[in-house]
Amino acid sequence: MDLVSLAVKSIFIENLALSFFLGMCTFLAVSKKIQTALGLGFAVFVVLAITVPINNLIYQNLLQEGALAWAGLPNVDLSFLGLISYIGVIAALVQILEMFLDRFVPALYNALGIFLPLITVNCAILGASLFMVERDYTFTESVVYGASSGVGWALAIVALAGIREKLKYSDVPDGLEGLGITFITVGLMALGFLAFSGIQL
Amino acid sequence: MASEAKKALFEPLVANNPIALQILGVCSALAVTSQLSVALIMCLALTSVTAFSNLSISLIRNHVPSSIRIIVQMTIIASLVIVVDQVLKAYAFEVSKKLAVFVGLIITNCIVMGRAEAYAMKNGPWHSFLDGIGNGLGYSLILIIVGTVRELFGSGSLLGYQILTPVSEGGWYTPNGLMLLAPSAFIIIGLTIWAIRAFYPEQVEKPDFEMQNAHNAPAHGAAGGSH
Repeated sequence: MDLVSLAVKSIFIENLALSFFLGMCTFLAVSKKIQTALGLGFAVFVVLAITVPINNLIYQNLLQEGALAWAGLPNVDLSFLGLISYIGVIAALVQILEMFLDRFVPALYNALGIFLPLITVNCAILGASLFMVERDYTFTESVVYGASSGVGWALAIVALAGIREKLKYSDVPDGLEGLGITFITVGLMALGFLAFSGIQL
Repeated sequence: MASEAKKALFEPLVANNPIALQILGVCSALAVTSQLSVALIMCLALTSVTAFSNLSISLIRNHVPSSIRIIVQMTIIASLVIVVDQVLKAYAFEVSKKLAVFVGLIITNCIVMGRAEAYAMKNGPWHSFLDGIGNGLGYSLILIIVGTVRELFGSGSLLGYQILTPVSEGGWYTPNGLMLLAPSAFIIIGLTIWAIRAFYPEQVEKPDFEMQNAHNAPAHGAAGGSH
């Protein structure tokens, strides 16, 4: 039950894009069409669902204070190496995933192709790993957290793309055209998502 | 100061602002601005990381094969961010608690990567350093604007000093709680962009579709209607 509650919390209440502002650059830049937004959202979901649990294993077995006890080094605390290891893992995994998809699932590779390299520098991915460390999730929790926050991010970008597709027919004041009105739209969406806060399962 | 250096330093402030025009580094700009003091520390952290990553990447730009340049840039940036993170933990522990994961997220802040890739790989160390500082300041400018508005109207204070006395302490001001929540940050940045573009009309983006007056449309109106 805790896991369901965690999933609902990370999809709706603590949505990475709308309440923590993570992955904003791609969120704003690649949300002009629903089709591309779906592709990117799916790619983010896949990468998050893989990297968060793996970073969790690395943190618990290598970096945490006392984690190296199995190697005879009980007093070593490597947590300051966290940032560089997580980003390394993310970059390497994205690369491997790209090669794997290219070889075995070419259809998916063609759909995601251009988005995969972008994802390495998407702060939603690194942000989720850092939140996972900060909140001390166990391995199971990190699997659920990674997958559901990916779903939340995808949901947000698809919804924004839907709004922007309609919005391009509207007569927006000159200075707000493009980026400005997008920011305000996202602000109103975030306001909508605030309605989920306080929901407990 | 040579004009080239001046351009590298001052152009990103307003005319080519990283957040408002280049859409870089938006994530952290929104998240850390509910208090001005926290926003200021974040500006300092980001400006120093951008400046020194630009400097070091520019120094080794001729020795890095282009196929592995991204990972080299990433390593340099990640190491700089670890240094900043450790310094903040040592000397400003309270603030570093409030910034939480957002110091770490400087690694993936697109300003740092974007400037390294777009400027430092092509220009000398001194100009790259100035470009880093300039972009850091442009980012800081937006953060300070947003931070000031959010803290002043959200809690009636600036840098922790009471400016508008709230009702709860016998004053007249009713704090606007919405300002402390996520949506206000988006809307304030949207309005800031509007203000900047009012002064720099050349930054205005073209709409995808032009509005046409159906009744007295000129001759090319027929072509426009075929979309």
